[in-house]
Amino acid sequence: MAYNFKEIIAERPSRFTAGHRMCAGCGAPPVARMILRALKPEDHAVIAVATGCMEVSSFIYPYTSWTDSFIHTAFECAAATASGVEAAYKSMKNTGKLPKDINTKFIAFGGDGGTYDIGLQSLSGAMERGHDMVYVCYDNGAYMNTGIQRSSATPKFADTTTTPAGTKIPGKMQARKDLTKILVSHHIPYVAQSIGLNNFKDLYEKSEKAIYTNGPTFLNVLAPCPRGWGYNTEDLMQINKLAVETCYWPLYEVINGKYIINYKPKNKLPIEEFLRPQKRFKHMFKQGNEWMIEDFQKEVDARWQELLDLEEITNSHEA
Amino acid sequence: MGIRERLSGNEAAATAMKQINPDVVAAFPITPSTEIPQYFSSFVSNGTVDTEFVAVESEHSAMSACIGAEAAGARAMTATSANGLSLMWEMIYIASSLRLPIVMSLVNRAVSGPLNIHNDHSDAMGVRDSGWIQLFSENNQEAYDNLLMAHRIAEHKDVLLPLMVCQDGFITSHSIENIELLEDEKVKDFIGTYKPEHYLLNNKEPIAIGPLDLQSYLFEHKRAQSEAMKNAKKVIIDVANDFEKMTGRHYGFFEEYRMDDSQLVIVCMNSTAGTAKYTADRLREEGIKAGVLKIRVFRPFPSEEIAKALAGQKAVAVLDKSDSLNAAGGALFEDVTSAMFVNGISVPTVNYIYGIGGRDTTEADIRSVYKDLVEIAESGKLENPYRYLGVRSK
Repeated sequence: MAYNFKEIIAERPSRFTAGHRMCAGCGAPPVARMILRALKPEDHAVIAVATGCMEVSSFIYPYTSWTDSFIHTAFECAAATASGVEAAYKSMKNTGKLPKDINTKFIAFGGDGGTYDIGLQSLSGAMERGHDMVYVCYDNGAYMNTGIQRSSATPKFADTTTTPAGTKIPGKMQARKDLTKILVSHHIPYVAQSIGLNNFKDLYEKSEKAIYTNGPTFLNVLAPCPRGWGYNTEDLMQINKLAVETCYWPLYEVINGKYIINYKPKNKLPIEEFLRPQKRFKHMFKQGNEWMIEDFQKEVDARWQELLDLEEITNSHEA
Repeated sequence: MGIRERLSGNEAAATAMKQINPDVVAAFPITPSTEIPQYFSSFVSNGTVDTEFVAVESEHSAMSACIGAEAAGARAMTATSANGLSLMWEMIYIASSLRLPIVMSLVNRAVSGPLNIHNDHSDAMGVRDSGWIQLFSENNQEAYDNLLMAHRIAEHKDVLLPLMVCQDGFITSHSIENIELLEDEKVKDFIGTYKPEHYLLNNKEPIAIGPLDLQSYLFEHKRAQSEAMKNAKKVIIDVANDFEKMTGRHYGFFEEYRMDDSQLVIVCMNSTAGTAKYTADRLREEGIKAGVLKIRVFRPFPSEEIAKALAGQKAVAVLDKSDSLNAAGGALFEDVTSAMFVNGISVPTVNYIYGIGGRDTTEADIRSVYKDLVEIAESGKLENPYRYLGVRSK
């Protein structure tokens, strides 16, 4: 059935409800809402969330925004926690302790801190063990919950509170980790990169695939942060669009090892378009810092080319 | 009548776990408890249990997975030692605060550093304030029996706390001794099925677990945990009484050995109690009224009962197999002396840190302690209550 935004919104009420305390203009809540809308209405879900913005803003005792079952334990172990829930489900289904007719799905959410960095080990372990779950990283490119410290997902030159753009060191001096490809290397059945774009078709379809593919699956979703990135709250969707149109955040999926690039811009926009509206890159536009923009563009171009090559290579031998 | 067997402490723990047949076991190998998940894996591979075994990539994930599984509505178990427990530390507190009756077999070993693989109690002492029930075991039989009683205690509606059964690494975990096992059916009936009131996998009642819990509620939640620990005292005794009816084996908060008419008592935990009892028997032949108080239940701490048991002694020595490095005595010593003080019992009491990193504790060592107690009792003087046993002085 073709994706229809209006129908989805009308027929599938949000399972992540209003009342949470995420910031205006934050990229994460629309992502969570749309991913959960990809659940079949009759299916139950257990959501595991790593400590971070999403957790501390959505479940402040005694209030919760989650209509499905929900568990938070700590920062680095959403994947391990979810793997325990999934193992319990498997065991209790096998022994008849749970009704045969219930269908429960397992979804973990973590920010880039809880996923790229402190939670990478437990994520890798859970994916390798083959638990039937989706792990979603909402990547806002820094430790936003503790006040915008750099993470390994922070783009090069970004001004963060632990990589302040100073007179000697102009922001973060390292390029970002490519976590999506690290997950591809786990040879799990489904890995995808997405974003909240236009009518959310890309995110919805990938979520549906991830949730209903048997085995471990991974979604890396860029989720801009108005505080950390320094954009106007109403510009969220525009920032998302520019991330894709500049190929900073390519939309692609890897199904059983085969790369599919879901969108190839006809006119790839220069990276300045993405960088300029964000205060964290302001220093890059000062006179004499043109080299930083050139350097950033080179990195984006190289990664985009690598992705094009991977798509070609992995699709060249049809089974 | 039970089944007579010869098993090591690790085999005894694994056998108990097999008979308990938990829904999920998540564990990571670490000496000297490695054999437990190994044996258990063979039960899984051969279909003798229904358990999902989650071979996690770390102990942190082991405890995280146990929390997830128990919260989901399953019975979850794990086994670990020393640094494994240290790596779990963050999750240990979370497990108890979420009121999840997870059961752990802890094979006690020295926590690094420097690295050492042998027995002391620094791992268990490091989590003594974490809200876990802690039962100690002198030998393989007690390690087995304590595990069989564990779920009945932990899952009781007035308790709902995680529980660890401790035994001494290598000394009991790797020593083969006679043991009396129960029939599988008897264990099954004794433990019963786990029926949590609220659990994640109940699609008819979705729940949320693990909130951000701020100034308005955290204190009350912690207080509730504390009350549960108090409630555990009655439940531990009730379960022990039921267990005694079935097996004839008696368990209390602690064992009082030759304390009917004793004057000099050694307080200790786990395998050292065996050496202490043996030594007390020898000293009795020499006319010394030696006794042993072996702690089984360390958390909750049976403060009043211990004070009462020690009232009227002429001198007491508390043996700590872990150094608190605080210039003021070991953890067990502090608890025992505090119990006596609060209950108005005044007996000269001396502390010995001993057996660190697997240092052997012999009959001669225990004799030297009783000899010190004789001197303290006779002189009425106690100089330097903070002592060491079996360590080179320079």
